[in-house]
Amino acid sequence: MDDFIVAGKHYSSRLLVGTGKYKNFNETRAAIEASGAQIITIAIRRTNIGQNPNEPNLLDVLPPSHYTLLPNTAGCYSAEEAIRTLRLARELLDGHSLVKLEVLGDPRTLFPNVVETIKAAEILVKENFQVMVYTSDDPIIAKQLEEIGCVAIMPLASLIGSGMGILNPWNLQIIIDSTQIPVLVDAGVGTASDAAIAMELGCDGVLMNTAIAAAQNPIMMASAMRKAVEAGREAYLAGRMAKKTYSASPSSPNEGILPVQPK
Amino acid sequence: MLQVTINGQLHHFDNPLSLQQLLEHMSIQNKRIAVERNGEIVPRSQFTLQTLSDGDQLEIVVAVGGG
Repeated sequence: MDDFIVAGKHYSSRLLVGTGKYKNFNETRAAIEASGAQIITIAIRRTNIGQNPNEPNLLDVLPPSHYTLLPNTAGCYSAEEAIRTLRLARELLDGHSLVKLEVLGDPRTLFPNVVETIKAAEILVKENFQVMVYTSDDPIIAKQLEEIGCVAIMPLASLIGSGMGILNPWNLQIIIDSTQIPVLVDAGVGTASDAAIAMELGCDGVLMNTAIAAAQNPIMMASAMRKAVEAGREAYLAGRMAKKTYSASPSSPNEGILPVQPK
Repeated sequence: MLQVTINGQLHHFDNPLSLQQLLEHMSIQNKRIAVERNGEIVPRSQFTLQTLSDGDQLEIVVAVGGG
Protein backbone atom coordinates (compact mmCIF):
# COMPACT_ATOMS: atom_id res chain seq x y z
CA MET A 1 0.00 0.00 0.00
CA ASP A 2 1.33 3.41 -0.97
CA ASP A 3 -1.05 5.65 0.91
CA PHE A 4 -0.88 9.40 1.06
CA ILE A 5 -0.84 10.27 4.75
CA VAL A 6 -1.65 13.75 5.97
CA ALA A 7 -2.43 14.73 9.55
CA GLY A 8 -2.38 11.03 10.45
CA LYS A 9 -5.11 10.05 8.01
CA HIS A 10 -4.55 7.66 5.10
CA TYR A 11 -5.78 8.33 1.56
CA SER A 12 -5.37 6.12 -1.49
CA SER A 13 -5.57 9.09 -3.88
CA ARG A 14 -2.76 11.62 -4.18
CA LEU A 15 -4.83 13.95 -6.32
CA LEU A 16 -6.64 16.71 -4.43
CA VAL A 17 -9.12 18.82 -6.35
CA GLY A 18 -10.96 22.07 -6.03
CA THR A 19 -14.68 22.47 -6.57
CA GLY A 20 -14.77 25.89 -8.22
CA LYS A 21 -15.40 27.09 -11.78
CA TYR A 22 -17.65 24.22 -12.90
CA LYS A 23 -20.74 24.89 -15.04
CA ASN A 24 -23.07 23.33 -12.50
CA PHE A 25 -23.15 20.91 -9.60
CA ASN A 26 -23.66 17.92 -11.90
CA GLU A 27 -20.43 18.67 -13.69
CA THR A 28 -18.68 19.28 -10.35
CA ARG A 29 -19.79 15.93 -9.03
CA ALA A 30 -18.96 14.01 -12.22
CA ALA A 31 -15.49 15.56 -12.53
CA ILE A 32 -14.64 14.92 -8.91
CA GLU A 33 -15.79 11.33 -9.19
CA ALA A 34 -13.66 10.86 -12.30
CA SER A 35 -10.63 12.36 -10.56
CA GLY A 36 -10.83 9.81 -7.76
CA ALA A 37 -9.95 12.57 -5.31
CA GLN A 38 -10.80 12.00 -1.66
CA ILE A 39 -9.79 15.43 -0.39
CA ILE A 40 -11.62 18.33 -2.00
CA THR A 41 -11.31 22.02 -1.33
CA ILE A 42 -14.25 24.33 -0.69
CA ALA A 43 -14.52 28.06 -0.15
CA ILE A 44 -16.45 29.89 2.57
CA ARG A 45 -18.67 32.74 1.41
CA ARG A 46 -21.58 34.84 2.61
CA THR A 47 -24.88 33.13 1.98
CA ASN A 48 -26.96 34.82 -0.69
CA ILE A 49 -29.86 36.27 1.27
CA GLY A 50 -33.15 36.07 -0.55
CA GLN A 51 -32.06 33.28 -2.87
CA ASN A 52 -34.34 30.29 -3.18
CA PRO A 53 -33.67 28.39 0.05
CA ASN A 54 -34.41 25.10 -1.71
CA GLU A 55 -31.54 25.58 -4.11
CA PRO A 56 -29.04 22.76 -3.63
CA ASN A 57 -25.94 23.49 -1.62
CA LEU A 58 -22.45 22.30 -2.55
CA LEU A 59 -22.39 20.07 0.52
CA ASP A 60 -25.58 18.32 -0.63
CA VAL A 61 -23.74 17.36 -3.81
CA LEU A 62 -20.41 16.56 -2.14
CA PRO A 63 -21.33 15.33 1.32
CA PRO A 64 -18.72 15.40 4.10
CA SER A 65 -19.52 11.71 4.69
CA HIS A 66 -17.95 10.86 1.30
CA TYR A 67 -15.10 13.35 1.08
CA THR A 68 -12.57 15.01 3.32
CA LEU A 69 -13.47 18.65 2.86
CA LEU A 70 -10.63 21.10 2.87
CA PRO A 71 -11.94 24.60 3.49
CA ASN A 72 -9.70 27.26 2.00
CA THR A 73 -9.07 30.93 2.64
CA ALA A 74 -9.14 32.00 -1.01
CA GLY A 75 -9.66 35.72 -1.31
CA CYS A 76 -8.04 36.52 2.04
CA TYR A 77 -5.27 39.12 1.98
CA SER A 78 -4.36 39.18 5.67
CA ALA A 79 -3.69 36.69 8.45
CA GLU A 80 -6.70 38.07 10.33
CA GLU A 81 -9.15 37.45 7.46
CA ALA A 82 -7.78 33.95 6.88
CA ILE A 83 -8.08 32.99 10.55
CA ARG A 84 -11.61 34.36 10.72
CA THR A 85 -12.62 32.38 7.63
CA LEU A 86 -11.22 29.13 8.99
CA ARG A 87 -12.86 29.55 12.38
CA LEU A 88 -16.17 29.90 10.56
CA ALA A 89 -15.30 26.87 8.43
CA ARG A 90 -14.62 24.81 11.53
CA GLU A 91 -18.02 25.76 12.92
CA LEU A 92 -19.68 25.05 9.56
CA LEU A 93 -18.07 21.60 9.34
CA ASP A 94 -18.74 20.54 12.94
CA GLY A 95 -15.27 20.96 14.35
CA HIS A 96 -13.34 19.73 11.30
CA SER A 97 -9.74 20.92 11.66
CA LEU A 98 -7.94 20.07 8.39
CA VAL A 99 -7.73 23.30 6.40
CA LYS A 100 -5.98 24.93 3.48
CA LEU A 101 -4.39 28.21 4.42
CA GLU A 102 -3.63 30.70 1.70
CA VAL A 103 -3.00 34.37 2.25
CA LEU A 104 -2.74 36.26 -0.99
CA GLY A 105 -0.54 39.26 -1.63
CA ASP A 106 -1.86 40.73 -4.83
CA PRO A 107 -5.09 40.27 -6.83
CA ARG A 108 -3.34 40.25 -10.21
CA THR A 109 -0.91 37.42 -9.54
CA LEU A 110 -2.61 35.83 -6.49
CA PHE A 111 0.96 35.36 -5.30
CA PRO A 112 1.08 34.31 -1.65
CA ASN A 113 1.97 36.85 1.01
CA VAL A 114 4.35 34.65 2.98
CA VAL A 115 4.72 37.07 5.91
CA GLU A 116 0.97 37.02 6.57
CA THR A 117 0.87 33.28 5.80
CA ILE A 118 3.42 32.57 8.53
CA LYS A 119 1.57 34.82 10.99
CA ALA A 120 -1.71 33.01 10.29
CA ALA A 121 -0.11 29.55 10.43
CA GLU A 122 1.33 30.24 13.89
CA ILE A 123 -2.07 31.19 15.31
CA LEU A 124 -4.00 28.42 13.52
CA VAL A 125 -1.60 25.72 14.74
CA LYS A 126 -2.01 27.03 18.30
CA GLU A 127 -5.78 26.76 17.83
CA ASN A 128 -5.34 23.08 16.87
CA PHE A 129 -6.05 23.47 13.18
CA GLN A 130 -4.25 21.03 10.90
CA VAL A 131 -2.85 23.40 8.35
CA MET A 132 -2.03 22.53 4.76
CA VAL A 133 -0.40 25.70 3.57
CA TYR A 134 -0.22 27.28 0.13
CA THR A 135 3.05 29.14 -0.27
CA SER A 136 5.68 30.28 -2.73
CA ASP A 137 8.35 27.80 -3.83
CA ASP A 138 10.86 29.30 -1.38
CA PRO A 139 12.61 26.46 0.46
CA ILE A 140 13.40 28.62 3.51
CA ILE A 141 9.77 29.66 3.97
CA ALA A 142 8.70 26.04 3.46
CA LYS A 143 11.05 24.96 6.24
CA GLN A 144 9.71 27.68 8.55
CA LEU A 145 6.13 26.60 7.88
CA GLU A 146 7.11 23.03 8.74
CA GLU A 147 8.73 24.18 11.99
CA ILE A 148 5.58 26.11 12.95
CA GLY A 149 3.69 22.82 12.79
CA CYS A 150 1.87 22.84 9.45
CA VAL A 151 0.88 19.35 8.27
CA ALA A 152 1.68 19.86 4.57
CA ILE A 153 3.55 22.38 2.44
CA MET A 154 1.86 23.31 -0.83
CA PRO A 155 4.11 25.41 -3.02
CA LEU A 156 2.85 26.87 -6.26
CA ALA A 157 4.17 25.41 -9.51
CA SER A 158 3.14 28.63 -11.26
CA LEU A 159 0.41 31.24 -10.71
CA ILE A 160 -3.05 30.10 -9.58
CA GLY A 161 -5.25 29.33 -12.57
CA SER A 162 -2.44 30.03 -15.06
CA GLY A 163 -1.91 26.48 -16.32
CA MET A 164 1.75 27.35 -16.88
CA GLY A 165 3.02 24.12 -15.35
CA ILE A 166 6.08 23.64 -13.16
CA LEU A 167 8.28 26.66 -13.71
CA ASN A 168 10.91 25.89 -11.12
CA PRO A 169 11.43 22.16 -10.57
CA TRP A 170 14.74 22.92 -8.85
CA ASN A 171 13.14 24.82 -5.99
CA LEU A 172 10.45 22.17 -5.66
CA GLN A 173 13.14 19.53 -5.42
CA ILE A 174 14.93 21.43 -2.65
CA ILE A 175 11.65 21.75 -0.72
CA ILE A 176 10.91 18.04 -1.13
CA ASP A 177 14.43 17.09 -0.04
CA SER A 178 14.57 19.43 2.95
CA THR A 179 11.18 18.86 4.62
CA GLN A 180 9.76 15.86 6.44
CA ILE A 181 6.06 16.63 5.97
CA PRO A 182 4.10 16.07 2.73
CA VAL A 183 4.80 18.46 -0.13
CA LEU A 184 2.03 19.01 -2.68
CA VAL A 185 2.09 21.13 -5.77
CA ASP A 186 -0.81 23.54 -5.46
CA ALA A 187 -1.56 25.85 -8.37
CA GLY A 188 -0.23 26.11 -11.87
CA VAL A 189 -0.85 22.62 -13.26
CA GLY A 190 -2.21 22.93 -16.81
CA THR A 191 -2.32 19.42 -18.17
CA ALA A 192 -1.63 15.81 -17.26
CA SER A 193 2.13 15.91 -17.93
CA ASP A 194 2.51 18.75 -15.39
CA ALA A 195 0.94 16.58 -12.71
CA ALA A 196 3.12 13.63 -13.68
CA ILE A 197 6.26 15.76 -13.50
CA ALA A 198 5.32 16.99 -10.02
CA MET A 199 4.90 13.41 -8.85
CA GLU A 200 8.10 12.24 -10.56
CA LEU A 201 9.98 14.94 -8.67
CA GLY A 202 8.82 13.29 -5.47
CA CYS A 203 5.83 15.40 -4.50
CA ASP A 204 3.42 13.60 -2.19
CA GLY A 205 0.42 14.89 -4.08
CA VAL A 206 -1.01 17.51 -6.39
CA LEU A 207 -3.87 19.92 -5.77
CA MET A 208 -5.61 21.44 -8.77
CA ASN A 209 -8.86 23.02 -9.83
CA THR A 210 -8.71 25.09 -13.03
CA ALA A 211 -6.75 22.50 -15.02
CA ILE A 212 -9.78 20.23 -14.73
CA ALA A 213 -12.65 22.74 -14.58
CA ALA A 214 -11.43 24.84 -17.50
CA ALA A 215 -10.65 21.90 -19.80
CA GLN A 216 -12.92 21.49 -22.83
CA ASN A 217 -14.05 18.21 -21.29
CA PRO A 218 -13.55 18.51 -17.53
CA ILE A 219 -14.64 14.97 -16.76
CA MET A 220 -12.18 13.42 -19.19
CA MET A 221 -9.44 15.72 -17.93
CA ALA A 222 -10.22 14.68 -14.36
CA SER A 223 -9.67 11.08 -15.40
CA ALA A 224 -6.44 12.03 -17.19
CA MET A 225 -5.18 13.78 -14.06
CA ARG A 226 -5.95 10.75 -11.95
CA LYS A 227 -3.83 8.60 -14.26
CA ALA A 228 -1.06 11.19 -14.50
CA VAL A 229 -0.73 11.42 -10.72
CA GLU A 230 -0.71 7.64 -10.43
CA ALA A 231 1.79 7.26 -13.28
CA GLY A 232 4.06 9.96 -11.91
CA ARG A 233 3.99 8.40 -8.46
CA GLU A 234 4.82 4.95 -9.83
CA ALA A 235 7.65 6.36 -11.91
CA TYR A 236 9.03 8.09 -8.83
CA LEU A 237 8.82 4.90 -6.75
CA ALA A 238 10.26 2.80 -9.59
CA GLY A 239 13.28 5.08 -9.75
CA ARG A 240 14.06 6.50 -13.14
CA MET A 241 17.15 5.47 -15.12
CA ALA A 242 20.21 7.65 -14.88
CA LYS A 243 20.40 10.33 -17.55
CA LYS A 244 23.21 9.93 -20.11
CA THR A 245 24.37 13.06 -21.75
CA TYR A 246 25.86 13.11 -25.22
CA SER A 247 25.98 9.34 -25.73
CA ALA A 248 23.36 6.81 -26.74
CA SER A 249 22.94 3.28 -25.48
CA PRO A 250 21.18 0.87 -27.87
CA SER A 251 18.28 -1.13 -26.53
CA SER A 252 18.93 -4.08 -28.85
CA PRO A 253 22.02 -6.36 -28.58
CA ASN A 254 25.13 -5.49 -30.57
CA GLU A 255 25.96 -9.19 -31.00
CA GLY A 256 24.60 -11.14 -33.95
CA ILE A 257 23.91 -8.15 -36.15
CA LEU A 258 23.80 -9.34 -39.77
CA PRO A 259 27.07 -8.56 -41.55
CA VAL A 260 27.04 -5.99 -44.28
CA GLN A 261 26.64 -7.84 -47.60
CA PRO A 262 29.40 -7.22 -50.16
CA LYS A 263 28.03 -5.41 -53.23
CA MET B 1 -38.00 48.19 16.06
CA LEU B 2 -34.79 46.28 15.57
CA GLN B 3 -32.10 47.05 13.04
CA VAL B 4 -29.67 44.25 12.17
CA THR B 5 -26.98 44.10 9.50
CA ILE B 6 -26.90 40.70 7.82
CA ASN B 7 -24.07 40.06 5.38
CA GLY B 8 -23.66 43.80 4.91
CA GLN B 9 -27.36 44.53 4.30
CA LEU B 10 -29.61 46.37 6.76
CA HIS B 11 -32.72 44.52 7.88
CA HIS B 12 -35.55 45.80 10.09
CA PHE B 13 -37.68 43.73 12.44
CA ASP B 14 -40.72 44.87 14.39
CA ASN B 15 -40.42 42.43 17.27
CA PRO B 16 -37.51 41.01 19.25
CA LEU B 17 -36.29 37.70 17.87
CA SER B 18 -33.73 35.02 18.52
CA LEU B 19 -31.05 34.03 16.05
CA GLN B 20 -32.95 30.78 15.47
CA GLN B 21 -36.14 32.73 14.63
CA LEU B 22 -34.20 34.90 12.23
CA LEU B 23 -32.83 31.83 10.42
CA GLU B 24 -36.36 30.37 10.27
CA HIS B 25 -37.62 33.67 8.89
CA MET B 26 -34.96 33.33 6.17
CA SER B 27 -35.83 29.60 5.70
CA ILE B 28 -32.21 28.58 6.23
CA GLN B 29 -32.49 27.04 9.71
CA ASN B 30 -31.82 23.56 8.35
CA LYS B 31 -28.99 24.56 6.03
CA ARG B 32 -25.31 24.00 6.67
CA ILE B 33 -24.34 27.50 7.73
CA ALA B 34 -22.07 29.19 10.23
CA VAL B 35 -22.92 32.44 11.96
CA GLU B 36 -20.72 35.19 13.28
CA ARG B 37 -22.32 37.82 15.51
CA ASN B 38 -20.37 41.02 16.08
CA GLY B 39 -17.15 39.23 15.22
CA GLU B 40 -17.76 36.20 17.45
CA ILE B 41 -18.76 32.78 16.15
CA VAL B 42 -22.12 31.61 17.48
CA PRO B 43 -22.16 27.83 18.04
CA ARG B 44 -25.25 26.13 16.62
CA SER B 45 -26.34 25.15 20.13
CA GLN B 46 -26.64 28.86 20.96
CA PHE B 47 -29.01 29.80 18.11
CA THR B 48 -32.17 29.52 20.19
CA LEU B 49 -30.56 31.18 23.23
CA GLN B 50 -29.21 34.31 21.59
CA THR B 51 -31.67 37.16 21.21
CA LEU B 52 -30.70 39.72 18.59
CA SER B 53 -29.93 43.26 19.71
CA ASP B 54 -30.38 46.51 17.83
CA GLY B 55 -27.25 47.23 15.77
CA ASP B 56 -26.07 43.61 15.62
CA GLN B 57 -23.73 42.73 12.78
CA LEU B 58 -24.30 39.20 11.51
CA GLU B 59 -22.33 37.23 8.97
CA ILE B 60 -23.91 34.02 7.72
CA VAL B 61 -21.67 31.84 5.58
CA VAL B 62 -21.97 28.66 3.54
CA ALA B 63 -19.61 26.37 1.67
CA VAL B 64 -19.26 27.13 -2.04
CA GLY B 65 -17.13 25.73 -4.82
CA GLY B 66 -13.52 26.85 -4.66
CA GLY B 67 -9.97 25.72 -5.26
